[in-house]
Amino acid sequence: MALLKDRQVVTDTWTHVGDDAEVPSDAPVIVTIARWRELRDSLEGRNAPIGVRLSTGDGPDAVLDDLDRLDLIAIPFDHFKDGRGYSSARLLRERHGFKGELRAVGNVLRDQIAFMERCGFDSFEYEGGTEASRALSAFHDVSVVYQTAADRRASAATLRNHPSRAFSNGTSG
Amino acid sequence: MTQQVISANRLSDGLVVYLVSDDSWSEWISRSEIATDEAAADGLLARAKLAEENRIVVDPYLVQVAEYDGEFRPTKYREFIRATGPSVRPDLSKQNFVRAAKG
Amino acid sequence: MYLYDEIDQSLVDERVVQFRDQVSRRMSGELSEDEFKPLRLMNGVYLQLHAYMLRVAIPYGTLSSEQMRKLAWIAKKYDRGYGHFTTRQNLQYNWPKLEDLPDILAELASVQMHALQTSGNCIRNVTADQYAGVAEDEVADPRVYAEIIRQWSTLHPEFSFLPRKFKIAVTGAQNDRAAAKVHDIGLIVKRNLAGELGFEVIVGGGLGRTPFVGPTICEFLPEQHLLSYLEAVLRVYNMLGRRDNMYKARIKIQVHETGAAEFTRLVEAEWGQIRDSAVDLPAGEKERIASHFVPPRYEISADAEDVLARLKREDAGFARWVDTNVFAHKAEGHAIANISLKPIGGVPGDATSEQMEAVAALADRFSFSEIRVTHEQNLVLPHVRKDNLYALWQTLKSYDLDTPNLGRVSDMIACPGMDYCSLANARSIPVAQAISERFADLDRQHDIGELKLKISGCINACGHHHAGHIGILGVDRKGEEYYQITLGGSGAEDASIGEIVGPAFAYDAVVDAVETLVDKYLAIRADGERFLDTYRRVGKDPFKEALYGAA
Repeated sequence: MALLKDRQVVTDTWTHVGDDAEVPSDAPVIVTIARWRELRDSLEGRNAPIGVRLSTGDGPDAVLDDLDRLDLIAIPFDHFKDGRGYSSARLLRERHGFKGELRAVGNVLRDQIAFMERCGFDSFEYEGGTEASRALSAFHDVSVVYQTAADRRASAATLRNHPSRAFSNGTSG
Repeated sequence: MTQQVISANRLSDGLVVYLVSDDSWSEWISRSEIATDEAAADGLLARAKLAEENRIVVDPYLVQVAEYDGEFRPTKYREFIRATGPSVRPDLSKQNFVRAAKG
Repeated sequence: MYLYDEIDQSLVDERVVQFRDQVSRRMSGELSEDEFKPLRLMNGVYLQLHAYMLRVAIPYGTLSSEQMRKLAWIAKKYDRGYGHFTTRQNLQYNWPKLEDLPDILAELASVQMHALQTSGNCIRNVTADQYAGVAEDEVADPRVYAEIIRQWSTLHPEFSFLPRKFKIAVTGAQNDRAAAKVHDIGLIVKRNLAGELGFEVIVGGGLGRTPFVGPTICEFLPEQHLLSYLEAVLRVYNMLGRRDNMYKARIKIQVHETGAAEFTRLVEAEWGQIRDSAVDLPAGEKERIASHFVPPRYEISADAEDVLARLKREDAGFARWVDTNVFAHKAEGHAIANISLKPIGGVPGDATSEQMEAVAALADRFSFSEIRVTHEQNLVLPHVRKDNLYALWQTLKSYDLDTPNLGRVSDMIACPGMDYCSLANARSIPVAQAISERFADLDRQHDIGELKLKISGCINACGHHHAGHIGILGVDRKGEEYYQITLGGSGAEDASIGEIVGPAFAYDAVVDAVETLVDKYLAIRADGERFLDTYRRVGKDPFKEALYGAA
């Protein structure tokens, strides 16, 4: 597995911790949502970053109460056909203002990461057939976008009608 | 006994092809190798799947054939259309019937 | 019609490069077929019964003569000299090679065309009234909105992996020629009492395994909120639509199971959060797009009407064609000319390269180089001056494009069926041909009047049989082709789903069955009634009895 973050291949500083394993107190860990619910109070005041891995089909509701306590949310993409994670990511990022790392995990394919990035993901656990550093080219496949999304790239409509807005902060959404 | 051949689509051009005894693939069902029992059919399928892994064909599967007036044809009409071309375009059809494999 | 700017052109050019790379990764083995399949589907490439099939998008059924010429050329160079116009206003090629597809897509991009999202679980080609911009009964040109939706839905990062395919239709006239009520989203352009433009929004219509006429979930959506409202609908669908069973994954199932009222509440709640955000178009963008859809500079000819009337008197064949295929036009002295792709005994919706080139040349001469494709698999020249109709018709004759059968029984919709499609259970084209030949007599067809007969080769209903006045569904019964008949369907503003009339008919019996139905209608119809009207008045029983005998 290669971790892609900020459009580079990087070393992963996080560890996924299984439901039966002990949660280390001083390292960045990702626990499952079930484990999080079990442990959340006891993890209060922990020194190291904490992340939660949602289950397939969990929407933002699963973690809304905890957004200011979480440093990372991992959203699974078990099968490429299941596109719910794209909506969850956008809502967490745009509507609920999640500031931490949004990570796509599971069966992440090269030809999805550009869509995922637009939906607010900033990291990807990549295990696809294309070598990881070459997979990064996916972000550059298409240089124009028609829609506004979580990444705040200027949409075609914005560029066409108000060129100066391309350099402003995006509007809230 | 059930007689079967292997049908697939060729990856490069999508055309319907049949597995021949020398492991080549022919558009002509008349050239296909016929399996006369389940073991032979399994053998055909295994060779076909290898060709799929080697990116020669896509989605190989077994097609039942039977003898009609001295010629072998697919028993299902859909497979007959696959072997011969659209029934409504005789100009695009392949003159294409299974003949008993010799030897 | 809409012309690409640099942004639009970049997108299609870059997608061609991307697809070329994807094909190369497939051929080298870097991508398995399972990984490649969704990617090729996003570019409209199917693997079908005989070969690959490429479905080219014709946005809202509008194309230029230059584009039609390119489609003709691709058919000649890369395919087998013909293409098939579909019930979603697209064009299908049946024989392209995978290794040629990147080049084909590059050729399409060179004339501002593509095959994006004509397949896969994403938002498909947005269809519209084929008489957009020229119909007398039009409130506003729906293609402006269809183009807005086309752009918004293209490579939408959130909605490219929906539970299932998603089809949107837009109509801007009182007579719904786009079948809006049997689409996942149907939009009917309207004006409110203040004269402002907006949409009636219908969600959850569809044909296929479980046909529904969609409920209206918003009576009047102000036009500036179009995209935010659509985004709300799509998000509710993407997050909550069923993903456990592909036969229950369309939005119509979600609307039906949730209930229209609750579904509407979910959409409105989501929309409330985004309606004033950056989703909707900035001011000026709608105007920019709308500026591409202004009427051409029609030339008025003082005696166009008289010339037409005289030529009709002189040539009965011409008069018949005008009376069936030519429709009233907004602009004085002009007409809408329908080109039938349903010659008697022909393959419905197919056109050869030569025919496509001929239509392109005729469009240049007579229709400001513009052509339309209808969801009933015919073509339209939308801007013909009345005194040019005769010259147009004469040329159509020499290409077998002059069949005067629009809306008649031989103007059938037929899907490709088991002759081409791996999903089909039975053939549809030869049934259409046989019915067409049985009713070849044009006087008889004229006497029968409007009769929309629609044939599907499987339950997926690409032939729209549920929406046929007479619908025919091919089924497989113990390896034999059988045909189930439905009656009383309609895809128009009076949308309804056809009712099954009784047990299915064998391939050899279905044409007789259709003739029996038609004869029954002729025997019992009241003055001015179409087949559909008679059916709605008397119900199923008289027809059932005619087919199967007294109960």
